Amino acid sequence: MNVGILQFPGTNCEYDTRYAFEMLGCSTEIIWHQETSISHSIELLVIAGGFSYGDYLRSGAIARFSPIMQAVQDYAASGKKILGICNGFQILTESHLLPGALKRNESLHFISQHHYLKVATTNNAFLRNMHQNAIVNIPIAHHDGNFYIDPESLQKLYDNDQVLLHYCDDGGRLTNPNGSVDSIAGICNKEKNVFGLMPHPERAMETILGSDDGRMMLEGFVTS
Amino acid sequence: MRAIVNISLKAGVLDSQGKAVHHALDALKFSGVNDVRVGKQIVLELDNLDMAAARDQVTRMCESLLANTVIEDYEIEIIA
Repeated sequence: MNVGILQFPGTNCEYDTRYAFEMLGCSTEIIWHQETSISHSIELLVIAGGFSYGDYLRSGAIARFSPIMQAVQDYAASGKKILGICNGFQILTESHLLPGALKRNESLHFISQHHYLKVATTNNAFLRNMHQNAIVNIPIAHHDGNFYIDPESLQKLYDNDQVLLHYCDDGGRLTNPNGSVDSIAGICNKEKNVFGLMPHPERAMETILGSDDGRMMLEGFVTS
Repeated sequence: MRAIVNISLKAGVLDSQGKAVHHALDALKFSGVNDVRVGKQIVLELDNLDMAAARDQVTRMCESLLANTVIEDYEIEIIA
């Protein structure tokens, strides 16, 4: 599988993301934000984490207007799969490819720690290899991860099975590290081809580094 | 001419910074503060246009970039 990985000024997880997908047998291509097209051979586009444009104005707000983003809009509209991790999730909400917004963490602190997540649904291309209510251990590292969405739009997310992951403790009880509505850690769009999450599965690929739970998450995209 | 844009979180969206500042003011014994909202101000120096055209242009800037209207409101002041 060919995976394209977007790189903006300030992106810092593109090489971790490359490492993770190559570990799963994919070939990868890093795509600089000044490009204006995405190769037809790209089967999954990942918007990697980091601090695009220094998070100036709002996280993801400036990246949204980079030259590559028109191609990203077209890519999404064609039904191909996009995964936004951390800053990638923020860019996807700023681009209106995903609903809601990521606000400053309620504690106002940058949070960097391993956190348990509970799988809310497996009815999608991303989490299809996992079990519903499975608990995984994945790092989070963000300042603006406080997911906000108005109550009416939240109900639509649930009605259409678009809430992917909740923050929880090791026993699966919901917890809330950053103030997100309903402890939501990840969502997808209505068409279920655009996915966004704040946690970093690409940083959980080897037990020696704390967890390899990210493997089975990312494998959902890779295995046929 | 100058445009001043004030951006703040919408009413009903929890303002964590405002809450933290409110707590700090309480700790400093400033009484009678009922609510604190923290926002940001963007000051734009513009070519001279008529007031309505300037307001229209800055409104489009706010809608596309300066504010995230999912969570933020904006107010525009145009000074000739």
